[in-house]
Amino acid sequence: MAKEKITMPQLGESVTEGTISSWLVKIGDQVNKYDPIAEVMTDKVNAEVPSSYTGKIVSLEADEGETLEVGALMCYIETEAAKTSKATEKESSTEEVKQETTSSEAADQSMKKRYSPAVLRMAQENDINLEQVNGTGRGGRITRKDLEKLLAEGNIPKSDSSKPAQPSDAEVTEIRATEPKSAPVPQPAVGDIEIPVAGVRKVIAQNMVRSKTEIPHAWMTVEVDVTDLVNYRNNIKDSFRKNEGFGLTFFAFFVKAVAQAIKEYPQLNSMWAGDKIIQKKDINLSIAVANDQELFVPVIQHADEKSIKGIAKDIYELAMKARSGKLTSADMQGGTFTVNNTGSFGSIHSMGVINYPQAAILQVEAIVKRPMIINGMFAARDMVNLSLSLDHRILDGLVCGNFLARVKEILENMNEQTTNVY
Amino acid sequence: MAVISYIQAVTSALREEMQRDEKVFVLGEDVGKKGGVFRATDGLFNEFGDYRVLDTPLAESAIAGVGIGAAMYGMRPVAEMQFADFIMPAVNQIISEAAKMRYRSNNDWNCPITIRAPYGGGVHGALYHSQSVESVFANQPGLKIVMPSTPYDVKGLLKAAIRDNDPVLFFEHKRAYRLLKGEVPDEDYVLPLGKADVKREGSDITIITYGLCVHFALQAAEKLAEEGISAHILDLRTVYPLDKEAIIEAAKKTGKVLLITEDNKEGSIIGEVAAIIAENCLFDLDAPIQRLAGPDVPSMPYAPTMEKYFMINPDKVEKAMRELAEY
Repeated sequence: MAKEKITMPQLGESVTEGTISSWLVKIGDQVNKYDPIAEVMTDKVNAEVPSSYTGKIVSLEADEGETLEVGALMCYIETEAAKTSKATEKESSTEEVKQETTSSEAADQSMKKRYSPAVLRMAQENDINLEQVNGTGRGGRITRKDLEKLLAEGNIPKSDSSKPAQPSDAEVTEIRATEPKSAPVPQPAVGDIEIPVAGVRKVIAQNMVRSKTEIPHAWMTVEVDVTDLVNYRNNIKDSFRKNEGFGLTFFAFFVKAVAQAIKEYPQLNSMWAGDKIIQKKDINLSIAVANDQELFVPVIQHADEKSIKGIAKDIYELAMKARSGKLTSADMQGGTFTVNNTGSFGSIHSMGVINYPQAAILQVEAIVKRPMIINGMFAARDMVNLSLSLDHRILDGLVCGNFLARVKEILENMNEQTTNVY
Repeated sequence: MAVISYIQAVTSALREEMQRDEKVFVLGEDVGKKGGVFRATDGLFNEFGDYRVLDTPLAESAIAGVGIGAAMYGMRPVAEMQFADFIMPAVNQIISEAAKMRYRSNNDWNCPITIRAPYGGGVHGALYHSQSVESVFANQPGLKIVMPSTPYDVKGLLKAAIRDNDPVLFFEHKRAYRLLKGEVPDEDYVLPLGKADVKREGSDITIITYGLCVHFALQAAEKLAEEGISAHILDLRTVYPLDKEAIIEAAKKTGKVLLITEDNKEGSIIGEVAAIIAENCLFDLDAPIQRLAGPDVPSMPYAPTMEKYFMINPDKVEKAMRELAEY
């Protein structure tokens, strides 16, 4: 046996309610399907309401004279059970399915990094690190309400862009380009190697990002004929090694030439300090030295005051320290300009990233023997490219052009007669 | 305050305006002796006589045209279209004459006509008795279109429409006529045309709609409140011109907006509402603007199952609201 509802039927267009004028049955009566059970009065018609089932009336849920909305309960009727069990079963199974889908949704984080305009705006205005916010929206989406709640609680995960202390930070921020946005992080596949970013690698990453986002880089390259220098150095390198116990590299000559030219063009020896440019008095040249994993930029202090031999000795010692991991922080402090020996890898052209907060970096490329035209005739000459990256906030093309021309001039005039390594 | 039905609010507004101003008269098919097929003008013929309650031939262009002419001569006609579906023969009169009168005559003439028409489906009326026609008129500057949702709004807005010095289309949902009841003050009052009304305050999602759908949204909101979902409901009331300020404010309030109309989805009033929100609220939006509307089929079907499929109902509204709240 099952209990069924009989509800107020719709008795015509635009009819929304009916008044029960009289019941034609009473509790306990046996009725057949389509038997009239009540008389109902509406705005438009008076009608008899038929029973939808065969069975026994168990309760009347409205009194005579009461007005019911269409669809409202009129009475209960007890019927044979078989007809209804199916419907109930179906209902409960759909409920189960519904529950399953909800639980699988809970783990879904596919919308975690889909930010709505409102969420992005609020995150920017309040400096909220969205990576650290738990979203309650579908697929883990962070909703505007989630952020409103965070702000109301005052429990705000800040974005960790703690800026290294440096002169007049406030002004720097004004000119600083927009902070790098976090792009989707690639996920490693099976067999890939994951290398944690820590130590020197992390510092390199931070410095490079800072340099490339903050400094408006510009580039220029000059070609230098160093045939005389090559001949000179090749003539003396064996005796030098014998006397001094370390090699005489070309790089030492380049560093010497740069130090000399910087003395004449001190603008290159500058640093950006927000509302001012600081021109350094000391000429301390950073050089790039790498071991297998890491890159260091130790400093040749007072390079302008040293002989070529002195510079060569510094380079030798710093390189040895770098390779054996013995560089101290004192070795790496105070650089005012960087010279990078990219030529040692055979590179003939590159665009260096400026060693923040310096104003420029010079890439010394490989010396290559090339046919050149001199006085209308071909000649085999030793050529090298010098590539300068400059901070265009501090330096302009003119001064850098003059500087490079001066370096070129010094190098092209280095030979046995003019230059002494000691 | 008396509790009266939606249609009683119509009758009551008409009666009071006719009593207040003898220039007000009604005209339409069967509005006289019969009192209108929906009984909206019930009793007016006996009270005001056949000079002020005019039975007209079955010619909608004439009902509108006569009304427009009378309005230009200083009368305040209230023309009834028996069903909004039948307004089509009068469109030329309404759009080309009534809407443009003031502009065309450089303010010398105006046309204070009110045209009432029952619209909407869910009454087994099928093709010729179920349409929503507001979007036909909703890009005609010079017209106003009012579509109230409660007896209180019906009375206050119909009075305002009659007293307005320019043409107003007043669309009444025929299913709401006897379905909706509400308290209405006994004393005279008018409500401003062109102003939307917040029908429910909430903070999770914003629903912007009008007419009978306001009622559905309120029912669904009541249910969702038990689940902790708080819905903010804005009733447009005047669908043309739109109350931009109220729309923007409501959209910004939650950033999640659901727009509802019983009309076909494409080109409906809510498309314009969506555009206003898109233009003004980008940085406050937390979800794509959602539209719940009738399907893009030519008319309301007659078969009850199909009619149910076409019509907006509280279940559909509740589902759409929950989806948006969970987004």
